[in-house]
This record gives sequence, structure tokens and C-alpha cells, in this order.
Amino acid sequence: MQEALQFTPQVAASSIAQILWLIPAGPMVMSGVIALLRQRRRTLASTLAIGSLAFSLLLALAAFGHVLSGWMSGHAVRETVKITWIQVGNSTVDLGWVLDPLSAVMLVMVTFVGLLIFIYSVGYMAHDENFTRFFCFLSLFAGAMLGVVIANSLLLLFMCWELVGLTSYLLIGFWYQKPSAAAAAKKAFLTTRIGDVFFLLGIVWLFAQTGTLLFYNNGAGSMEPAALVGLLAAPAGWGLSAAGAIALLIFAGAAGKSGQLPLHVWLPDAMEGPTPVSALIHAATMVAAGVYLVARVFPLMQAGAPMGGSNTALTVVTWVGASTAVFAALIAVAQNDIKRILAYSTVSQLGYMMAGLGLGGVAVGMFHLITHAFFKALLFMGAGSVIHGCHEEQDVRNMGGLWKKMPATFATYAIGMLALSGFPLFFSGFWSKDAILESAHNWHSGKGPYFMLVFGALLTAFYMTRQVSYVFFGKWRGHGHAHESPRVMTVPLALLAFFAIALGVLGTPAWPWFRSFLTDKPAAFEWAGFNEPGLIQLMATSTLVVFVGLGLGWLLYGNRSPKPEEADVLEKAVPPIWSVLHNRLYVDELYGGTVIAFYAWWARVADWLDRRVWGGMVAAVTGLFSLWAKLNRFLDTNWVDGTFDKGCEELSAGGGLVARVQSGRVQTYLRLLALAVVVLAAILIWSSRG
Amino acid sequence: MTPLAGYLLVAALVFSIGLAGALTRRNAILVLIGIELMLNAANLNLIAFWRYGPHPEALTGMMFAVFSIAVAAAEAAVGLGLVISIYRHAHTTDLDEMNRMKG
Amino acid sequence: MTIVFWILAALTVSGGLATVLLKNTVHCALAVTGAFAGLALMFLQLDAQFAGFAQILVYIGAVAILVVFAILLTRGSETPKGGIFSHTWLAGLCLAAAVFAVLGWAVLSSQHALPLEAGSPVVSVMDIGNALMSRYVLPLEIVALLLTAAMIGAVIVAMHEKGDLK
Repeated sequence: MQEALQFTPQVAASSIAQILWLIPAGPMVMSGVIALLRQRRRTLASTLAIGSLAFSLLLALAAFGHVLSGWMSGHAVRETVKITWIQVGNSTVDLGWVLDPLSAVMLVMVTFVGLLIFIYSVGYMAHDENFTRFFCFLSLFAGAMLGVVIANSLLLLFMCWELVGLTSYLLIGFWYQKPSAAAAAKKAFLTTRIGDVFFLLGIVWLFAQTGTLLFYNNGAGSMEPAALVGLLAAPAGWGLSAAGAIALLIFAGAAGKSGQLPLHVWLPDAMEGPTPVSALIHAATMVAAGVYLVARVFPLMQAGAPMGGSNTALTVVTWVGASTAVFAALIAVAQNDIKRILAYSTVSQLGYMMAGLGLGGVAVGMFHLITHAFFKALLFMGAGSVIHGCHEEQDVRNMGGLWKKMPATFATYAIGMLALSGFPLFFSGFWSKDAILESAHNWHSGKGPYFMLVFGALLTAFYMTRQVSYVFFGKWRGHGHAHESPRVMTVPLALLAFFAIALGVLGTPAWPWFRSFLTDKPAAFEWAGFNEPGLIQLMATSTLVVFVGLGLGWLLYGNRSPKPEEADVLEKAVPPIWSVLHNRLYVDELYGGTVIAFYAWWARVADWLDRRVWGGMVAAVTGLFSLWAKLNRFLDTNWVDGTFDKGCEELSAGGGLVARVQSGRVQTYLRLLALAVVVLAAILIWSSRG
Repeated sequence: MTPLAGYLLVAALVFSIGLAGALTRRNAILVLIGIELMLNAANLNLIAFWRYGPHPEALTGMMFAVFSIAVAAAEAAVGLGLVISIYRHAHTTDLDEMNRMKG
Repeated sequence: MTIVFWILAALTVSGGLATVLLKNTVHCALAVTGAFAGLALMFLQLDAQFAGFAQILVYIGAVAILVVFAILLTRGSETPKGGIFSHTWLAGLCLAAAVFAVLGWAVLSSQHALPLEAGSPVVSVMDIGNALMSRYVLPLEIVALLLTAAMIGAVIVAMHEKGDLK
């Protein structure tokens, strides 16, 4: 259960906190530099990207060390730096970053896993001609994600959140010539956008209600008690307070980014991107951003909940998480693409994390996030190694027997798989998942989530065994020869495998280091931690469930080597259930029939409006103008010019007429003279007569 | 009709005839002859007025006429010289054909 | 309005008409000489002896000769092909008629204002000579200059240029 956060009042920001902004800024700037490089400067691009992220890792370790030392000496560290961005009269829009245990842990995880994947990508993308562009986008993503992690201002977080979404779009659609990749990128962006709309509404409401966007600001921040009291007091309809409503809106944004139940459809399709992208973004970091967001605003999420109890927001989070966990695990059982199985597995585990947050608080959910990042990245990179070794083959039915041909990959993949399944005691996944199950078991609002999560654990073990049997055991069913991947790819795998095991140590009940680091004073290692009531039974239950799952999977798929054309064992057993699961529970089709159809209709209406009505108006105005222009031209040519020309012609003709006087004939001149004289004489005589 | 009027009419008639000749004949020389006739008619006018008009100054009319004769002579000389020169250039004295002012 | 006047008037007018109407240019020259003579006689009748004799000397004696010279030098005796009158002779005739009309009308309508017969002034040649040397000396000199210039000019104009045609 969630303990009250105990932090000393804000201290002046230390030097490491002052330069914390370098951690995201470095990779972002490098991304810009790489964007300017020529395509053939591959080594330079990858060196710049890896170098900047390594530097960020060093800074993150320094920050972590600083927080750790502060924590070990008894007072927890939360330091913020504030920058005033816009000032309008008396109100300001502030940006800033925060260094506390939560952000320190996340920083280390993101930079470390990111660095390993960057190195891995050097080998994986070696044959791709757009190598440089890849590292540019990867670097941009790393910078944006780190920005999300350190943000103290909801505005800065949202900006980096959107950047993360953008880079995800760019990287999913990296091979944009493939129509499926372009469509998947668009789907990802649009689906997360739906969540982001609600997120933005929540941000605006929060700002309107509390007057500040900063999380922590010396007592004036929106996550601090003063603001929370105000939020709880303001009503918001349907029995919710403003705090609850805003919390649900922000959770909607997190649900989009982290692929929770209604908005999960983009994640499996995102496997169209290169495998390093899947590993980094859709396993370890970006999808974890949603979970991190919920953890960040946890004071808000928790507001109003009694000690040890739950409120509306947390209940919603829990149920959504638990449903997602089971839903995705069911679908994963019936998939045949190696990456798609892992994608649905990720969705399922994200559900676990959300449920963990709702049931047990920040520490429980974040611990699973950290451990999951390592072993899921490991699994994806292992899958990438398999795909690379099988010459771009991705269907598990065309693989097999790879444990002999790709031993390093097999060993590390097996470690990852066991960690994911929650194999007891040695692997970190067991401890983190068990923490969630324990919180679920002790939840006061019902046992429903507990049973769902246990069922999900069984399914997880089952489908992972299925996948490993298909890929690594049995006979080789593919084309050509498989080969092991180069060292630049297998060494990161080994490193991640090590951590998949080692991190478990940080979360055992005997030494709950992780939880206390995030929330409390340092705790000592004591075996008595295992003596909590019901804990041993719980651990036994989950162990049993895991072994049942593993056994079932081995039984059905074990050493068999079904030919690709044959139907799956389960398909033969329960065809209707299999087809429903294989078709992903028809969620995409449901959306296609309703939301997308409506949207397409609306787009047609808008198109008609645009072309006929607005376009018609524009055309009418244009027509009017061109008519006017034609009229002017007519006037100009015929009246103005015409008059002028006519005048000139008349002048010319007149001149011609007058020129006839100059006939050159003397007698004409004489006659004119005579005429003039006659006229003059007549006038003179006449006037003198009168 | 007073004698003066008679003389004046005769002068007018001769003047008009001279004018008609100058305006209608084709030959350049005949135009000059017409002009001479006109001058003569003017002289007649002058003498007539000298004879029948008042005489504050006894000689004016006569002198006028004499000088007129002298000038007419000079002008005839020059004019005929010009006609001869043009004839040499254009080989004709027909005025209708001499309508190009360009030499 | 003596009979002499009418005869002289008829002579002069017919001479003028003949000048204008005859085809042969030499005949025209002769006719104009007759007109000059008539005018000279009219001068004599008007008691302007000097003017009359000057007229005979200058006009008949010099101008007429000049005209004949010019006619002969320009083959003017040949009848032109297109007729002797210009093809727009009517306009000229009308104009001349108009001029005569105006002049005649002026004369006839101012008859009452014209002075009646007075005695002829007595002018002797000695008076004329005196006047020329005293009162009219400037016009005299100018006319002399004019005559000189005219003479030189006429010579230059009518002279054969070098390289001219024969």
C-alpha cells in the first residue's frame, strides 16, 4: 500500500540538478547535427548518437548517485529548477525540471537501455541505406523521452510527450515505402492522439483550477498538498471531485501512450518498424512513459483516497490495467509472428504496471516497469537477432531448432523469457510481478483484479513457452541456413540478461530497496520480511501458476515440430476460440466499422463542404474578379485605348487632311492667299461699314 | 458712275483677270505674267487715286507707282530666272507636275 | 467717262483676257504687251505722264522682252498635252470672281464717299527729280540696292552650273 511520501522541504538545487537539462539536450542537439550529415557518414552519425547518449548516461548516473547519497544520509532529495518562459502581466508560464528518486531511477534506466539498443542498432541496421536517418530519429527520441522524465512542468512534459509521439511515428514508418509501415505509423499517431486530447483537457483544467503547471514548486506546485486540497474541494459532476476528473483525464492520455485496453490497437501494428525501434520504444521506454506519467501525478491520482484504501481514479486505473493484461495475453496465445507475440505481451505487461500503480502505488508499478524494460528489451533484441539470423524471416512456424545454431541468442532469450514468465526466485520478473499480485490480493475493493492477474500470469508463461518451442526447439523448418549474429548484437543481449536476473534483488520482500528508495528511508536487509502474513502462500501460488503455464506449453508444443501448413495444436482442439483469438478479438474490425467509418463519412462531408461550398465561394470570388478584370480589359482596350487610338487616328487623318494643303503646287498656295485676302477684305469692309 | 469709280473698276477687273490667269494656267511663266497684270492693276489704282483724290502731298501717289514699277521689274527678272532654272532641272514648266517639294 | 476711257478700258481688258485665254504662250506674251500699252495710255490720260512713260519703258521695254526670252528658253511655245488650264481651274476662277466681286462691291458701295473730280495736280519732272533726291532718297537707294541684288540673283539662279547638262 502506498505510504505517505516523506520529503524534506525543497533545498536549493545542487550543481548536478542545475545541469540536469543537459541529459535530454545532448541527444536532441546531436539529432539536429546528424540530420545535417550526408547519408554516407554512417560511422560519424552512430558515433555522435552513441556518444551523446553515453554522456547522458554518465550524467544520469551522477544524478542518481547524488539522490542516493542524499537518501542514504537520511533526507530524501527532491530538487527543482524553474525557468520562467512567458510572462503575461502577473501570471507566468513556467518550465522546469525535477530531480528526485523517481526521475533518477527512470533516467538511469532509459539512458542505459537506450545506449545498449543504440549499440545493437549499429549491427542490426548495418545493411540499411538509411542508417544515418535512423540514428537521427533515435537520438531525437532519446532526447524527448529524457525530457519527459525530468519535466517538472506539465507543459514541458506535454511538449516532450508530443515529441516522443512524433519520433515514434517517424520510426515506425521508417521504411515508409512499405504501405503497411506507413499505415501503422499513422495508426499509432492517431490512436495516441485520442489519448492526448484528453490529456490536454486535463492539463488545461488543472491549470485553471490550481493556477500553476509545475508539479513541485516550494509548496505552490500542483502536486503539493495545498493545491490538492483545493482540487478535492472543487466538484466536477458525476460524484467526482476536480481531482478525480483531472486524474482520469490524465490517465486517458497515459492509456493512449501505454496501450491500455481501448487504445491498444496501435502497438501490435507498430512492429512494422525495425526491431531496435520495437525494443526501445515499444517495450522499454515510450510505452512506459504513460506509466511514468501516472506515477508522476500520483499525488493527484491518490488524492482523497483513505489510507490503505482506493478512490475512483485508482479503481479505474486498476480495472483498466487488469483487463488489458488478460485481454492482450489471450490474443498473444494465438499469434504467429514473433514480434507480434512480444507486442501483445508488452500490452499485457503494461496492463500489469497500471494495475500495480492502482493497487500498490508508485513503487510497485515502477519496479515492474524497470524490470520489464530490461527483459522486454532483451526479448525484442533477441527476436531481432533471430530475424537477422534467419534472413528476415518473422513467422515462427518457419523457424525451429535454433538453440544449436544460435546459442548465444538462445541463452539470453531463455533468460528473458523466464523473467517475463515470472520463474521463481532467480529472475527479476518474479519479484516484480509478485509485488503486484500481493497488492492485488490485499486490495480492499475486491478480488476481481487478483484473479484476472493470476490468469494473466498463467497465460504469459503459456504463450512464451509456445513461442520459445516454435523458435528454438524442434527441427529447422525455414529456408536456407540460420547463423548467429555478430558480437555487436549479442554483447548487449548478454548485458541485459545479466540485469534481468540481477535487478530482482532490489525488490524482494526481505530487502525492499526499490520501494524505500522511492518513498521512504533506507531499509535494512532482513529475512523477516518474508514473514509477512500470507506472503509465502502468495509466492507459492504464483510459482504454481507459472509452472502450470510452462508445463502446459511444453506439453502442447514442446518437442513437436509442426510443419508450417499444419494448423496449430490449439487450433485443432478449439477452432472457434482459436480463430477469435487469432483475429485479435476483432477489435480492429470493430473500430473500422464504427469509429473509422464515421470518421470517413465526416471526412467526405468536410471534403464536399470544402470543394463545393468554400471552394465554390472562392471560385465565385475568383470568377467575379476575373470578370472584373475582363471588364477592365474591355474598357481599357476599347474605350480608353480605343479612344486614344481613335483620337490619334483622327489626328493623323486630320494631319493628312491638313497636309493636303502642302501639295507642293504653287497655284494652290496662290489660291489660298487669294481666298484669305478676299475674306479679310470682306471682314474689314463690313466692319468699317458698320 | 464717277470717273474714279470707273478707273477703279477697270483696275479691279484687270486685277481679277490677272488673278484668274495666275490661278488657273498651267505654265509657270503665265503665272508670272498674271502677277504682272495684278501689279499693273494696282498701279492703275494708285494713279487713279492720285488724280482724283485730295492732294495734301502732290507727289505721293506717283512716286508710289513709280517705285512699284521698279520693284515689279526686279521681281519679274528674278522670277523668270527661277523658272528657267527649274525648267532646266525638271524639263517642264507645267505647275501641275511640280508638286514635289524635294529637289 | 469719256469715250477715250471706254476704248482704253476695252483695250486693256481684252488684252488681259487674251493673255489668260490664248493657247500659244508667245501669243499670250504679245497680248500682255497690249495690256501694258493700254494701261500706259490710261496713265497718260490721267495726267501721270512720268508714270505712263516709265510704264512703257520698263514694262513693255524690259519685262515683256524678258518674258519672251523666258518663253523661248523653256520651249513654252509648245502646247502642253493636258490642256492649258490646270485640272482644278474652276476653283481659281471662282476665287478670282470672288475677288472681283468684293472689290467691285467695295468700289460701288463707297461711291458717295469717294471724292469728286478735283483738279489734277501739277507735277513736273523737275519736281519728281527733286523729290527723289530729297524726300524719297531712302526708297530710291533701297530700290537701287534691290535692283542690284535682283540682277545678281537672277544671273546666279539662271546660270549654267559646271557639269550641268547642255
